[in-house]
Amino acid sequence: MLRDITLGQYYQTESVIHRLDPRVKLGGTLLYIISLFFFHNFLGYGVAAIFLAVVIRLSHVPFRFMVKGMKAILFLLLITVGFNLFLTPGTVLVSFWKLTITKEGVRLAVTMAIRLAMLIIGSSIMTLTTTPNNLTDGMEKMMKPLKTFHVPVHEVAMMMSIALRFIPILLEETDKIMKAQIARGADFESGNLIKRARALVPLLVPLFISAFRRANDLAMAMEARCYRGGEGRTKMKPLIYHRRDKIGYLCILIYLALGFFIGRL
Amino acid sequence: MSIILDHVNYVYGDGSALEVKALDDICLQIPDGQFVGIIGHTGSGKSTLVQHMNGLLRASSGHIYFNGEDIYDKDYDLKKLRGKVGLVFQYPEHQLFEIDVFTDVCFGPKNLGLDKKETELRAFDALRKVGLPVELYYQSPFELSGGQKRRVAIAGVLAMKPEVLILDEPTAGLDPKGRDEILGQIKELQQETGLTILLVSHSMEDVAEYVDRIIVMNRGSVLFDGLPKEVFSRYKELEAVGLAAPQVTYILHELKARGMDVDVNATTIGEAAESIQKALKSV
Repeated sequence: MLRDITLGQYYQTESVIHRLDPRVKLGGTLLYIISLFFFHNFLGYGVAAIFLAVVIRLSHVPFRFMVKGMKAILFLLLITVGFNLFLTPGTVLVSFWKLTITKEGVRLAVTMAIRLAMLIIGSSIMTLTTTPNNLTDGMEKMMKPLKTFHVPVHEVAMMMSIALRFIPILLEETDKIMKAQIARGADFESGNLIKRARALVPLLVPLFISAFRRANDLAMAMEARCYRGGEGRTKMKPLIYHRRDKIGYLCILIYLALGFFIGRL
Repeated sequence: MSIILDHVNYVYGDGSALEVKALDDICLQIPDGQFVGIIGHTGSGKSTLVQHMNGLLRASSGHIYFNGEDIYDKDYDLKKLRGKVGLVFQYPEHQLFEIDVFTDVCFGPKNLGLDKKETELRAFDALRKVGLPVELYYQSPFELSGGQKRRVAIAGVLAMKPEVLILDEPTAGLDPKGRDEILGQIKELQQETGLTILLVSHSMEDVAEYVDRIIVMNRGSVLFDGLPKEVFSRYKELEAVGLAAPQVTYILHELKARGMDVDVNATTIGEAAESIQKALKSV
């Protein structure tokens, strides 16, 4: 049931994108997302789409697999499109009952849908091709300058990697407890809202207990290995830029230049 | 009155690179009142198999019949099936949630729609059957020991009065004493009530003494299916898939090879001892 969520999941395979330094991917994704909001015409989105298609192709992650993960947010996408379509003032195109569709509304809704879809696919490529550990390593290194302002960079990164690590475990646990309670006749799917909320108690109580138990075990295990924060801590696999990473940065810059040149005509 | 599995297949993660065939063309028949051991290595598909029997997982293809009815029929009541086929998961103590032991055991029968009196009667009965001391009935389940928690969880399923009881690794993480106690009680329960019991385990030692029939799973398919002594006599093949026969089998085969006239088909320590004594006397 819960295994179908592919958003934020890592897809194991061998590709150039997988091997890229996480900092390149993080920076690239960030710039890509920002660029999506700067285009004025549809040609710009064309450039972005081509760039995205090339990256997907290079990543060796099946497109079908990405789209499967998108289903979960299709609802959000539809709501956004709906609101933009019906609530934008301007030249009226069609009008029925209390709803009016304007020319500006259509344009906004379409741009919004394209932006959101490309934003989600773009950022999911990052998570699909980067292990959570690598991702937090990259973030920690990128945010290091903030340390001078007393931001606990290492601690934040550690918390994030633990949280990410626990998502699949807790999902699996939820699945297991749910099954166990269904085997005892629990019903999570029928009844009104209050009944359904109450039906969650047999799921949430064991889940919380197990989360606390795991947190306790993990804290104990970290302490047993003398973990004492980021001070003086070295990495087994330090992040070092290779030639491919420089090429990666170059590609992003070329995309940005091209996108802004064409997209803001 | 039985469970029949007819060419059941199950595939995890359909259509992605992570696709795994967890069950491969399983055909089985489990008659009423039988005590069956399902043995297999980690990842052999034994847990997946038993989750099909009460409809928690739906086969990718194939049919499952319970008491002659196809459980995948559109109008088949799966909730009722789950009352008839009780499934106790691995580490079942992780599913406890109520404020006291008794209320937790009541959860199952209450979900079946029984009235308060019948629910409580069944809960008492189930707790008695698993041998939990009465003074613990109104304690929080989280204050009990590991073995006691597990008994409460088993009682939680027993209280639904299933016709078939499936236990997935009921002895995992228990000490030898706790293990023998739980298995002994399950055997007693089976003799007392004539329940059909399926015991999932990775250890031959665990099941050898108790079951009438052993099903060995390997890589999602049934490798052997037969009487314990039949299955154990192929201990060389069992070793090849990472399993082992009980220790007595090895000792008896070794004695036989050294010229002692013992019965190599003995499966329990008692039988083996008897056979060795007999062989010694006849010398």
